[in-house]
Amino acid sequence: MISVRFRGFTWRHAGRRSPAVSDVDLRIEPGERVLLLGPSGSGKSTLLAALAGLLTTDSGDQRGQVLLDGTDAADRRGAAGILFQDPETQLVMARSGDDVAFGLENQAVPTEAIWPRVRHAIETVGFPYPLDHPTHALSGGEQQRLALAGVLARRPGLILLDEPTSNIDPEGADAIRRGLKAALADTSATMVIVEHRISEIIDLIDRVIALDPGGGLLADGPPETVFAAHGPTLADQGVWVPGIPLPTRPGHGAGRPCLRGDRLTKTYPGADRPAVRGIDFTARAGEMLAVTGPNGSGKSTLALLAGGLLKPDLGTATVPGEARPLHRLPAQRLATRVGSVFQDPEHQFVTATVRAELAFAPHAAGWDRDRTDARVSELLERLRLGHLAEANPHTLSGGEARRLSVASALAAAPDALLLDEPTFGQDRRTWSELVDLTAAIRDAGTAVMAVTHDRDFAAALADRELALSAGEVDGEASRC
Amino acid sequence: MLTFAPVCDRDAPIARTNPIAKLFAVVAVSTTALLAADWLTPLLLLAALAVATPFSGVRLGPLTRRLRWLWFAGATVAVVNTVFAAEKTGAELLSFGPLEITADALVDGMALGLRVCVAATAGVLGFATTDPTDLADALTQQLRTSPRFTIGSLAAMRLLPLLSAEWQQITTARRARGMEGGRNPLRRARLFASTMFTLLVGAMRRAGRLAAAMDARGFDSGARRTHARIQRMRPADWLFSACAAAVSAAAVVVSVAYGTFRLLV
Amino acid sequence: MPATDSTALAAGSRWRTLDIVTCAVLAVAFGVVFWAWNFVWEGIDPLLNFYPPLSAIVYGLWLIPAVLAPLIVRKVGAGVFTEALAASISLFLGSQWGITVLYQGLLQGLGGELPFAAGRYRHFGHLNAVIGGALAGFAGTMWDVYYWYPDLGLWTFKVPYVGIAMLSGALIAGLGSKALVKAMLPTGVLDRFPVGRDRRRI
Repeated sequence: MISVRFRGFTWRHAGRRSPAVSDVDLRIEPGERVLLLGPSGSGKSTLLAALAGLLTTDSGDQRGQVLLDGTDAADRRGAAGILFQDPETQLVMARSGDDVAFGLENQAVPTEAIWPRVRHAIETVGFPYPLDHPTHALSGGEQQRLALAGVLARRPGLILLDEPTSNIDPEGADAIRRGLKAALADTSATMVIVEHRISEIIDLIDRVIALDPGGGLLADGPPETVFAAHGPTLADQGVWVPGIPLPTRPGHGAGRPCLRGDRLTKTYPGADRPAVRGIDFTARAGEMLAVTGPNGSGKSTLALLAGGLLKPDLGTATVPGEARPLHRLPAQRLATRVGSVFQDPEHQFVTATVRAELAFAPHAAGWDRDRTDARVSELLERLRLGHLAEANPHTLSGGEARRLSVASALAAAPDALLLDEPTFGQDRRTWSELVDLTAAIRDAGTAVMAVTHDRDFAAALADRELALSAGEVDGEASRC
Repeated sequence: MLTFAPVCDRDAPIARTNPIAKLFAVVAVSTTALLAADWLTPLLLLAALAVATPFSGVRLGPLTRRLRWLWFAGATVAVVNTVFAAEKTGAELLSFGPLEITADALVDGMALGLRVCVAATAGVLGFATTDPTDLADALTQQLRTSPRFTIGSLAAMRLLPLLSAEWQQITTARRARGMEGGRNPLRRARLFASTMFTLLVGAMRRAGRLAAAMDARGFDSGARRTHARIQRMRPADWLFSACAAAVSAAAVVVSVAYGTFRLLV
Repeated sequence: MPATDSTALAAGSRWRTLDIVTCAVLAVAFGVVFWAWNFVWEGIDPLLNFYPPLSAIVYGLWLIPAVLAPLIVRKVGAGVFTEALAASISLFLGSQWGITVLYQGLLQGLGGELPFAAGRYRHFGHLNAVIGGALAGFAGTMWDVYYWYPDLGLWTFKVPYVGIAMLSGALIAGLGSKALVKAMLPTGVLDRFPVGRDRRRI
């Protein structure tokens, strides 16, 4: 059990003009279980990194103090254990057991004592595989549970959790929370968690600290008290406060078909069954078709086939007025027919400014200059990117990058837009923005097809739902 | 997708040999082949490697897949050195316009091609049977290499399948944006450079996160590390290394005795 | 807050975990890049192989890690470590050159790093990058002509081969690495490295 103290703490990351956090004063008693809230950009992750002793003098400038049991956190690196958002980059070793053992080797735990501790940690979090299971074959949720075991095995006196489930699909997130619950019951360590989806973790915490975007604290106290007094404010800041209803944006009726799939079938080389088999669908102007289903049901493959980005083994994806199937269209022409938005916006960026990014596809499609400029200005305004026109796409915040990737997919005016997990990892505020944005695109007459795990997103926007199961349409769950 | 998983039966004798012993054997055999310019030394070494192959546990499919490129590279080196040899002495075997192949050039060319085959076969047998984790353990425990650099490299190598999958995703995303290589080599090169840049930016971001995760688990604490997995040089490993040295020496001795040995200088 | 970033950013020859992991991840990323290049050049590359001087036109691609890593990490040994690790990765993936790619990787890394070492790791301009790329090309192709193409003519093969590779190294690895760093600067991924301080704060 470690006590935490921030005293006038200010931190500016190298390369940044303004500090990530300023003048934080905070005290956390040993054994407390704290939920740390605040809008995106308020420096929650920075505070956790400071507690983990990861903010070293070479990474920025500090004022004030961060103390663990009265000593400087930077001198006690390793006393706290931290779980980050991204499961892929927290694992160090190729075999699962080795990865948990890594932290113990660094602690100079004797060899014979390492493996019992590894086994105990792995059992506690409910990790289902043997110790030599390769880590690259794990799903995101499983990787995250393994990383949690790596944190626990070191027996930290302070456990820090930085949005541990935000990059994980819903089923995986449930398993992580179960592991977390078991782990916290097993230790008396102090805990600080940053998380937007609070209804699921509310029984793990006994105190809520909400940072004020203007500096200082908005609220500090037991969960019920804080949410009763500040619920709507926190919801506006991006917290999924239980009991506050989500917006819905029903459509105004479907128009002509814009994108069709006929008996789409694809088997990847080396796979023993097709990723998708015999899928038919029609996406119509002015409506959103949600594609849902568990992991491995073929949703993402269907999105690639529908977008003309993957060659089907059988069947075709077509748009009206184009004789050839989409996968045989040249890229420049494809971009004027169907827009595809990928999970990671950075994969799609091809230029050095937001403006050039929007002009890219129209230019490639041979539009003249006036038409391109008009389109770019229109999109900058519609997607509220005007103030960022000259910014480098790679420097945008998560929400801005997402808006830009949508805008650039729309740039050459395709009739159909495909979204792959558009709300993945978003907080409530950016989530609501995306719902509004998607509704506006749909209502302007574009056919939207969204692959999503997010029940709420589908419920808010979709007129029809195509549910997949093991690569085929699950008729029972679909709403067509 | 790229992975480092060994492509062999794990219980085969060579697969179970200590990675440092294997590394030594690969270095001994390859370096001997490298220093010899005659045809007999590499041929003898290749024969020795052929004898060792069944003990490596490398399955036939992966072995031929990998050796296909190897033989192609060997053939390339042999042909280039034969056809374009500077000194064309010995009996003329073929003359066709500017193309002229002589007996001596052919023998020398074949010798150089054989060396490539020795180096490559030794590399495939040694490294296709070695798990990077085991190699890193043996490097830090037997050769006392810096754990920070060794384990740091190992952690980065874990990202290989991830980054190779990402290359595909970036290429696909570029097609969606209207960017495609097609047949034009210049456009292909531009697309390649653009994809590489995006891959590198993502790789740098990942490196930062991975380094933070490692430090958070006490990697940079400066304290002595212990080892969860113990690698030892057992008597069999010493014997294996000695055999590799003996085979290398024997190949040279036979070649000298036969009067063909030539040192490449 | 001070007006400039802390001098601790540049100070010290000690490798941070970040430096080590960055070099290593770059090496792995280039392992992927080299692998992907095979698909781009499919069909053309084997033809060029039969006339080695021509294949040297794209030699510089294999030398980028030797120049890029010192430009970013600015630590003693960054070029050698990264280029040699990139070479070992092709070894694990089944390179046709066997363990000799490791020797060659070490040599190329040494060539790439030499001009930065000569400037005591204080100068990282275009000139040093271009020289580094050229020297890496020199080191790599000297190995080639010595060990794989020893019977070929000096003026008909060896000199043009080495010369073209040096030019390719200077352009692709030298200027190319500088261009990569320049393009990476605004993305923020270099903020925790000394080179990142050249960027305007955002």
